Amino acid sequence: MKRNPFPLIVLFLVLGFLYLPIIVLTANSFNLSRFGGTWEGFTLNWYQQLIQDNQVWVAFVNSLLIAAGATLASCVLGTTAALALHKWNTRLQNVHYGLIYTPLVVPEILMGISLLLTFTAIGMDCGLHTIFLAHTTFCVSYVTMTVLSRLQDFDDSLIEAARDLGANAWVSFLKVQLPLLLPGIISGGLLAFTLSIDDFVITFFVAGPGSSTLPLMIYSMIKHSPKLPVINCLSTVMLLLTFVLVLASRAFQNIKQQKTPQRG
Amino acid sequence: MPMRNRRWTEWALSAPSVFWLTIFFVIPTLLVVAISFHSASPDGGIGKEWTLQTWRHLSNPNYPAIVWRTLWISAATTAGCVVLALPCAFAIARMQKKWRAVMAGLIMLPFWTSFVVRVFAWRLLLHPEGFLKHLLLSLNLAEPDSQLLYNSGAILLVSIYSFLPFAIMPIYAAAEKFDFSLLEAARDLGAKSFLAFRKIFIPGIRRGVISATLMVFIPSVGSYVIPDLVGGKNSELIGNKIYQRTFPDRNLPHASALSAIMAIGVLLPLGAVALFLKRQDRNEALRIAESNGVKQRGGAV
Repeated sequence: MKRNPFPLIVLFLVLGFLYLPIIVLTANSFNLSRFGGTWEGFTLNWYQQLIQDNQVWVAFVNSLLIAAGATLASCVLGTTAALALHKWNTRLQNVHYGLIYTPLVVPEILMGISLLLTFTAIGMDCGLHTIFLAHTTFCVSYVTMTVLSRLQDFDDSLIEAARDLGANAWVSFLKVQLPLLLPGIISGGLLAFTLSIDDFVITFFVAGPGSSTLPLMIYSMIKHSPKLPVINCLSTVMLLLTFVLVLASRAFQNIKQQKTPQRG
Repeated sequence: MPMRNRRWTEWALSAPSVFWLTIFFVIPTLLVVAISFHSASPDGGIGKEWTLQTWRHLSNPNYPAIVWRTLWISAATTAGCVVLALPCAFAIARMQKKWRAVMAGLIMLPFWTSFVVRVFAWRLLLHPEGFLKHLLLSLNLAEPDSQLLYNSGAILLVSIYSFLPFAIMPIYAAAEKFDFSLLEAARDLGAKSFLAFRKIFIPGIRRGVISATLMVFIPSVGSYVIPDLVGGKNSELIGNKIYQRTFPDRNLPHASALSAIMAIGVLLPLGAVALFLKRQDRNEALRIAESNGVKQRGGAV
């Protein structure tokens, strides 16, 4: 039967719509024209200005530190959470699941303001440490979901086999389950890293003086500085970084799927 | 393993995340409500005494207008996203397996990128000297002095752009399981393709549509970056007000009360769906969460 081409046309238009701003932004970071309405020639000037900006480097280091810390912490919390959620189906786990799931759907601004209020109420000054706490909080849910979905393909009989061969629960976890789960954890960790590097709203609320990150930097440049083309460059660099991290995360997910023996 | 031992292991594995999320998610959320009943202290902190003053202040007629604008823009964004997502999800679900994965990846990819970067990209496109303005001028579709930025239309456009994948993914997840032979049967019986789409396909993927509606509506209500960067003075949303009360005005109880209102706008639809999903099995909920890419950064939303 002849298929109606309409849905396919809409799909391609939508893909164009999704990528148009990204492509124009990237192209403009190499454009001599300040506002990018027209193409006036290729230049690396803006990138040169970007590299020479000290504040950008400070923000870059802050972003990396926070992302690394939040990734490590959320990988530990997320993996234990996923193991518990996978293994038991008790009332505790229902509550646990709700705790993990809800932050995924709550608007970021609510999370940002509630954390700011908490830090203010206990008299904690805001800075890199408060950003780390906030980022870990939203990353936990993403890591848990990623590891949990890996666990669902996991062949539990491998653990039973290890136990039958005399390994205790701890050894079978360390030697059998963890190595097989590792690509899933890395995949979740890479997503956490991406989310942390890219987060704006929550960071904005819990950041203090001197704790600027890359997205905060971009925002304040948009608001206060006329250096439009330099923002293009910084944005392009961040887009590239995100694409690499997300593709790496996907690649790790796939490793796992190939190595796990298929059941039934 | 003895029963007591198992119970202990379960607690040991659950405790880290349960405690962390209780301290940094549950308690802060409750604190928002509590602080809205406190007074503001002159130094920008939170006063000790309890008061209803903040809530009384919110009956000021400015606020209902902002709440109303937030709701209609969110509703329009949701409608726009679902209308665009339906044909997209349909088209992807009919592709070969290999292409489906590629397409789903292509749709999600931009949405892991920084929210502020994406909104900035639109600011650039809609700029008076920008690409889109030049394009529209050369096609005679715009006047030289027409303003593309800083209005509700710009907020709507960028919101649809930002939240579209949250609509496509759950609808696609449902469409992937849809039995397309039903459509062929309908067409064999003489239904035109659009009629079959409307009467057979849409009801068949109802659950995906419900999920998509929520996943777009919730971050829209919480929107702050979009109205701040592409909206104008006359298109403020609740998110902007929360920001204003938190930073320039430094009135935290006021910001809390506004956040509590926003939370109600989010929790009501969410609660309805939680009840709905309770009847489904948990894997289903998980799959929907995953297919949403579970991302808000939109939330940035």
